[in-house]
Amino acid sequence: MAEHIIETKNLVKKFGDFVAVDSISFSVEKGTVFAFLGPNGAGKTTTIKMLTTLLAPTSGMILLNGYDPQKRQHDARASFGIVFQDPSLDDELTAYENMDMHGMLYHVNAKDRKERIKQLLEFVELWDRKDSPVKQFSGGMKRRLEIARGFMHKPKILFLDEPTVGLDPQTRNHIWTYLRKLNQEEGLTVFLTTHHMEEAERVSDHIAIIDHGKIIASGSPEALKAKTNTTTLEDAFLALTGSSIRHEEVSSADALRSQRRMWRR
Amino acid sequence: MLCVLNEECGADNFYLPMIAIYTLWLRQLKRYFRSKSRIIGSLGQPVLFLVALGFGFGPIFQRAGQGNYIQFLAPGVIAMSILFTSVFSGIEIIWDRQFGFLKETLVAPVSRFEIMLGRTLGGATVGVLQGIIVFFLSFIIGFRVVNWSLLPLAFVFMILIALLFTALGTGIASLLQDMTGFQLIMNFIVMPIFFLSGSLFPPNGLPSALDLVVKIDPLAYGVDGLHGTLGQMAQFGLATDFWVLSVIVVIFIAIGSYLFSRIQV
Repeated sequence: MAEHIIETKNLVKKFGDFVAVDSISFSVEKGTVFAFLGPNGAGKTTTIKMLTTLLAPTSGMILLNGYDPQKRQHDARASFGIVFQDPSLDDELTAYENMDMHGMLYHVNAKDRKERIKQLLEFVELWDRKDSPVKQFSGGMKRRLEIARGFMHKPKILFLDEPTVGLDPQTRNHIWTYLRKLNQEEGLTVFLTTHHMEEAERVSDHIAIIDHGKIIASGSPEALKAKTNTTTLEDAFLALTGSSIRHEEVSSADALRSQRRMWRR
Repeated sequence: MLCVLNEECGADNFYLPMIAIYTLWLRQLKRYFRSKSRIIGSLGQPVLFLVALGFGFGPIFQRAGQGNYIQFLAPGVIAMSILFTSVFSGIEIIWDRQFGFLKETLVAPVSRFEIMLGRTLGGATVGVLQGIIVFFLSFIIGFRVVNWSLLPLAFVFMILIALLFTALGTGIASLLQDMTGFQLIMNFIVMPIFFLSGSLFPPNGLPSALDLVVKIDPLAYGVDGLHGTLGQMAQFGLATDFWVLSVIVVIFIAIGSYLFSRIQV
């Protein structure tokens, strides 16, 4: 039987009266690429936050690499790497320093850090830019650096929250090539969310579609297409979630993002 | 063998939190030394205060029989630059919170308290450095240290002021979502703390309500401590200054870490 590296049961998250995640249960097999898809505001990011120890669930169970993310935070955290929707690099520091700090925070010793940084930066083709401050990097370079960084402490699971937003097809292609390589060579489990359906269709072994806080369908891309009698995942997705446009409240992050742009000018 | 968790590293439990604290402290310092414009920019205000107020009010101060105004003013301006630098270092969390490094640190296998302490120590170190620079600048304006043997003690007071206000900034920033409350904090917290600390005028013969405000202003004890160690007599007494500041530092760090531990991203 396949080993489940992520498992949730009846997972619920309420914000006041609003039920963001409504009793979802799913499991992710070790070494697979799992895509978590859904319209805006469906509960994807909330679920990722609960899986990655940032939010405490209202009720339900999570096991991440065998650990409860709330009870054994440090063990759970050491098991995964994450690439957030927004860049979470320190712009003032160089690529090398960002990697090094990450390694230090995850208690990777100095010798391993050195080797690993070189290996990973070469892997994402940023070694020649290792001493440039991150603020000089393009969006795609930052993403590549974040993926390399997320992998610095050899996590068993890599979470990717919309990792390819705003990237050109070349960069996207590159990133998926790296990820698939890591997935195959190191048995990495990838948990991703994305709005690019063709991308999800191409890279993932298993897909779960969430809408209004509930998982409404799950299975391989082929199974989902067969189930809905469609030829592309995009059509399958629309068939399952409907075509009405969702409203998502502007978060303070969005507001702050525009403010920061103003300050930089 | 990659060493990620304690068991594998064989490091003891005391040493590990130190790494995280050191990492975040180092980050604050690197950021400080890289932004030359920030260093120079933040020196403009203290120099302006020293020159404009120092020479402007000097003759009046002298005629009032209070002696040399620069001698009185310099410790206050040193305290001011530490106050501003420290509060801002603390408030930087707001920026980091939605984009930057904060999320990255929150998912690392490190406790919130270690993160808060590392950042606070880093911010405080930057504050002290800024204070030392202003100390030297005040020599150019004409300030003279009365008793050099008390200089180490003056240094202790600078550290206490810096810790106190970095912790305050961290606490405030933990409560705010974005920078819109920034003016509020400047005008209702930071500026009153500065103006009512006795850094610009000797706090004697004040109306009793104002006198009370001065007595509950933590910076008043820092300014008094600097007066006592660098220039004139301390009004409250150096021992009082030291103990009041130390106790408030402990309280603010406790409150700051509590508020910081409640941050949700």
